[in-house]
Amino acid sequence: MQVTMTVNGNEVTATIEPRLLLVHFIRDHLLLRGTHWGCDTSNCGTCVLWMDGEPVKSCTVLAAMANGREIRTVEDLERGGVLDPVQQGFIEEHGLQCGFCTPGMMMTARWLLDHNPDPSEEEIREAISGQICRCTGYKNIVSAIRWAAEHPSTTEVNA
Amino acid sequence: MDNALALLERHGSESRIIAGGHSLLPMMKLRLARPEVLIDINDLGDLSYVRRDGDELCLGAMARHRDLLNSHEAGTLFPILHDAERVIADPIVRNRGTVGGSICQADPSEDLSAVFAALRATAVIGSSKGTRKVAMDDFHIGPYSTAVGPAEMLLEVRIPVQHGSGSAYEKVERRAGDWAIAAAGAALRVEGGSVSYAGIGLAAVGAEHFRCARAEASLLGQRASEESFSEAARLVSESVNPVADQRGPEDYKRHLAGELTLRALRRAAARAEGQGG
Repeated sequence: MQVTMTVNGNEVTATIEPRLLLVHFIRDHLLLRGTHWGCDTSNCGTCVLWMDGEPVKSCTVLAAMANGREIRTVEDLERGGVLDPVQQGFIEEHGLQCGFCTPGMMMTARWLLDHNPDPSEEEIREAISGQICRCTGYKNIVSAIRWAAEHPSTTEVNA
Repeated sequence: MDNALALLERHGSESRIIAGGHSLLPMMKLRLARPEVLIDINDLGDLSYVRRDGDELCLGAMARHRDLLNSHEAGTLFPILHDAERVIADPIVRNRGTVGGSICQADPSEDLSAVFAALRATAVIGSSKGTRKVAMDDFHIGPYSTAVGPAEMLLEVRIPVQHGSGSAYEKVERRAGDWAIAAAGAALRVEGGSVSYAGIGLAAVGAEHFRCARAEASLLGQRASEESFSEAARLVSESVNPVADQRGPEDYKRHLAGELTLRALRRAAARAEGQGG
């Protein structure tokens, strides 16, 4: 079957098997490997990307169901060589060890900050409660997201 | 909608409706479901409402968990809905998962099934021939089995609004987003100091139709007190049929079912009082 969707602002059309999951379409057809494939059971959250402006677990969405929709992946966080504050925050606060959960964490964090620019630690922990960091680095992940909240524009950091 | 119903009629039991997909896709990955045809109803925006219609709160089948959680009206009329939604899956899953999909999956541990049982909700089921209403007791036929026929789809859930009532939901889970070890919901209406309506919904403990009729009956006409609540909780513990699994042994779940019923009844009563009932 044929699907057409917008991925990070670019329209893509492809012929796919109906059973293909969105996460595999993004990784294996579009070669956008920033989105990770983890538990495959919608528990770990490393496959989180945005569909029509909302974070979803792409291991539990069929690529066919994304037909006509807008997808945003972690590759779209950096714009024109400038890191998103969330990305900078993960650097500043050592928000990752192995990095496997990071893309999903950052996509959820970006969405949270877009809707709640000054979240409390509790609100951050609730927002990422569907995502697992097996390095157990939650403290630093929360700090990284707080850092991004306190530095809403990274240009000031790079200056 | 007509298109979806026509597709259902054409493909019958070989087809499945897919809404949020967060129950069906995992079932397909495990090969527990093997539909030949999936009918994606995510574009049926006219089924995604949460709104009051006279004396009922109406939840469209495509209302997502997030929509229910964001509805101030739903949370005010039925605090049990927000109590439950806060502990259903996780925020990202709640962005996709739907009210209709949850109860049509009919997992014995599913939270909204217990909530709707406690609230005596009604399901509206549609087909190309029209619609029919089914009480929650008749909606769930057994584990993973509902009254929705092969050429039918769930359209909405209607919950009767009762003035002066209160409700609450209590769940114990191993970690955020997990299925319940046990969960209990209570809805109470208190008039002139005595209980005139009692609903007790239970998930994950093998309760028939997700409720405990014996405990509900024991409360009617009684004072809303620690004594009557303890007796209802005792009856729940006695009546349920939990199964030992990786989430815990049978006696622990039986204990939890009673204890959570007690806690839910206390909170429901306090909320009913707050409503001036």
